[in-house]
Amino acid sequence: MGRLKTFTRRAFLVGSAAVAGGVAFGIYTVRKPHENPLADSLAPGEAALTPYLRLDARGVTLITPRADMGQGAYHVQAALLAEELDLDLAEVRTDPGPPGAAYWNTALAEEAAEFSVPSEGLMRTVAETAVGAVMKMMGMQITGGSTTVPDQFDKLRAAAASARETLKAAAAHQTGVAADKLRTENGQVLLPDGNALPYAALIPALAEVEVVQDVPPRDPAQWRQLGQPMQRIDILAKSTGTQVYGIDVEVDGMVHAAVKLNPAQGGEMRGFDASVAEKMRGVQAVLPVAGGVAVVADNTWRAFQAAQAIEVQWGPAEMPATMADHWQALAGAFTEDARDSRQRDDGDVDTALEAAEVIEAEYRAPYLAHAPLEPISAVVRVRDGKAEVWTGTQVPRFVQKNVAAIAGIATEDVTLHVQMMGGSFGHRLEDEVVKRAAEIAVQMPGVPIKLTYSREEDMTHDFPRQIAMARLRGTVDAGQVAAMDLSIASPSVMVSQMGRQGISVPGPDSQIVAGAWNAPFAIPHHRVTGYRAAPLAPISSWRSVGASHAGFFHNAALDELIHAAGADPLAERLRLCNDPLARHVLEAVGEMSSWEGVLGDGRGRGVALTTSFGVRCAEVVEVRATDDGIRLEKVWVAAEVGRVLDPVNFENLVQGGVIFALGHAIHSEITYRDGRAEQSNYDGYPAMRLYQTPEIAVRGLENGDRVRGIGEPPVPPAAPALAGAIFAATGTRLREMPFAKFVDFV
Amino acid sequence: MRLTVDGVAHEVDVEADMPLLWVLRDELKIKGVKYGCGIAQCGACTVHLDGAAVRSCQVWAEDAEGAEITTIQGLGQPEALHAVQAAWIEHQVAQCGYCQSGQIMQAAALLAEDPAPSDAVIDEVMSGNLCRCGTYPRIRAAIHSAAARLREA
Repeated sequence: MGRLKTFTRRAFLVGSAAVAGGVAFGIYTVRKPHENPLADSLAPGEAALTPYLRLDARGVTLITPRADMGQGAYHVQAALLAEELDLDLAEVRTDPGPPGAAYWNTALAEEAAEFSVPSEGLMRTVAETAVGAVMKMMGMQITGGSTTVPDQFDKLRAAAASARETLKAAAAHQTGVAADKLRTENGQVLLPDGNALPYAALIPALAEVEVVQDVPPRDPAQWRQLGQPMQRIDILAKSTGTQVYGIDVEVDGMVHAAVKLNPAQGGEMRGFDASVAEKMRGVQAVLPVAGGVAVVADNTWRAFQAAQAIEVQWGPAEMPATMADHWQALAGAFTEDARDSRQRDDGDVDTALEAAEVIEAEYRAPYLAHAPLEPISAVVRVRDGKAEVWTGTQVPRFVQKNVAAIAGIATEDVTLHVQMMGGSFGHRLEDEVVKRAAEIAVQMPGVPIKLTYSREEDMTHDFPRQIAMARLRGTVDAGQVAAMDLSIASPSVMVSQMGRQGISVPGPDSQIVAGAWNAPFAIPHHRVTGYRAAPLAPISSWRSVGASHAGFFHNAALDELIHAAGADPLAERLRLCNDPLARHVLEAVGEMSSWEGVLGDGRGRGVALTTSFGVRCAEVVEVRATDDGIRLEKVWVAAEVGRVLDPVNFENLVQGGVIFALGHAIHSEITYRDGRAEQSNYDGYPAMRLYQTPEIAVRGLENGDRVRGIGEPPVPPAAPALAGAIFAATGTRLREMPFAKFVDFV
Repeated sequence: MRLTVDGVAHEVDVEADMPLLWVLRDELKIKGVKYGCGIAQCGACTVHLDGAAVRSCQVWAEDAEGAEITTIQGLGQPEALHAVQAAWIEHQVAQCGYCQSGQIMQAAALLAEDPAPSDAVIDEVMSGNLCRCGTYPRIRAAIHSAAARLREA
């Protein structure tokens, strides 16, 4: 009983009801220390302090479980480590490390729990623990949800602080000087006599001492580097063409593959004639893969050319034939049977709607491709019961599992080398390209296969952002917003995405109403209901996920009611705002933009506020109506992130998020005809270009007590703020994206 | 076929119509040149052909024969940066960085023609280069900065 008692007490510290709620064994199982994935890969002479860093003769290497798709994940993690370890940031190496269950994403679990149990306190803790336990059991080593910073902030600093004190203990053991007389500086332990021991020189002594546990990370007031502008650790390589991305990987003996997949998304391949392709220069093989055909050649271009020359018989896609049918499926989902969630139900909405004139409107958000500039690729080699994979991915454990299944080998026999990614925006949460490459590789044992999707194959086989529709019914009274009943219908992105990994996602889908149900406004009668439409096109997480549509719907709907009330969009939001952190960001953009209501002279401003991934983010957009169309003039952004770790990278990510969001809101949509995406490259799927880019002023607020990630939160408020600005400038109310279908832009 | 890339002559055995992009990447293993779209919509593959910025996905190998081809790796190196690269670092432009080879090559060609481009000129010349991460504000600032560096040099 002694051991169980110990466990129970520990579990109590983090959430006793999780035990009483019947998940005690699961919690016990997952709370067992996970196998340290570095233990197997350590060479003699190396010592592993924690799974987050490695010290060897070359110095300190960050073992980063979170992937870098451009957001600077490696950089900011290295900076966290360097700060606690007293290292020069430029000296820290990075290594994505092997996939490992110990790297499960705590912050993502907390985000998932927030929806099911929105209140603070015990029940919240229970829910976090239960959801977290499930994710930990699945080894959810995922980069997503803007969680890298919140998830790694404590873990990495704790690991590095522990490493630092352990190095001092080792130095004390080696020199006989008491540890509390030692200091660390610039990668060395300093002795009182002025001598210095480089960390690497202490490797042998590390074996002689216990790891120093529970070292509190430094007070931010003592930080030397964090919070100050830094040079990103990858900036030199990325400015000189020397950064190696997944698409650049070269392996000895490697051949180049291309695929021709069923243009009807998800449809089968029923047969093919490769007689022309097989005779083309450089072609080595034509092989079937799931949903299509692959060509293996000695050059990527030759593989692309040959793939186009194959005649294939295709099966149909399982989705409605026209976009009108897709929209009709959403319109038909506003039923009691399809009701998925109602996490917001303040006051008495039904009575309020009967008592006054009802304002009604309908909103739409289209399918959107991720379309990062680096097309997806993977190198896979299968031989002798083992597989090796080189690819840029946000889901290393899924990649490992799926390649193992295709190769018919054990998961631990798949070695994955995670590569730097040329963008993602959620695209690399999917691993279809790796599966196709593995299917080719098992047919050519021993040969490293590099599969590169052409831009066209990539875009037409993307699993896009969900399509969504909303309906507003609301009332105003005496110059104020009185009632807002917002209904949102969408297929479940979580079910679609996790379903491809064989994981069922029970319960309501928070993403249908993300950024709407939690809007921090005390509207007297306020209801947000999510409706789950049946699956249509297969969909996946797109930068900011559900908040990308629901944040638009809620803000746009609120704007209509504020206008009907005759109130000012910012003043009425401030009056209704019941969240101090959100109020601060609204006040900040008001001050930054010198908000003064109506501008006149063809100019207009809009404002929006969304809370996503825990970040309150407000934006003001200013436009001018010109003879050539709407011109974007300026954007002001304020976001509450607890702490800004690198102000330059922060500003870059926020500006980029705004540009990404505005570009899509104005220009972009994926449409399907008979299951075939009608846009296949950047000509049909335009994005914002430099000439359209407004000036964007950014302010990070640090009032909150938790550090937050900034990759996604700037996205949701941009589209509604733009729509509000266009209304103010022209009187045209935009309720459907992309806006360029309805108004001209310069 | 004989191609001169970054000052080095190479003999390649490729089809006359193989895009220069793929000769550089797959035959000569010069990976700083990026594939993004294949149809001159993104600019990631931009190189200089006798000093002019071109989309290497649209240039046939045979049309590059006899020309001086310069890639990002010939423009400057980590230890000997071109002024545009130095400005890109000063302004911390890159996020994912995948488009930046093309952006830098386009900017370098622009500055060789116009040592002090206005915002309007920058907008016009640089809008063929797509950046999905949205680093445009920093690109604009870095070009002005690079122009100043080049004028002082």
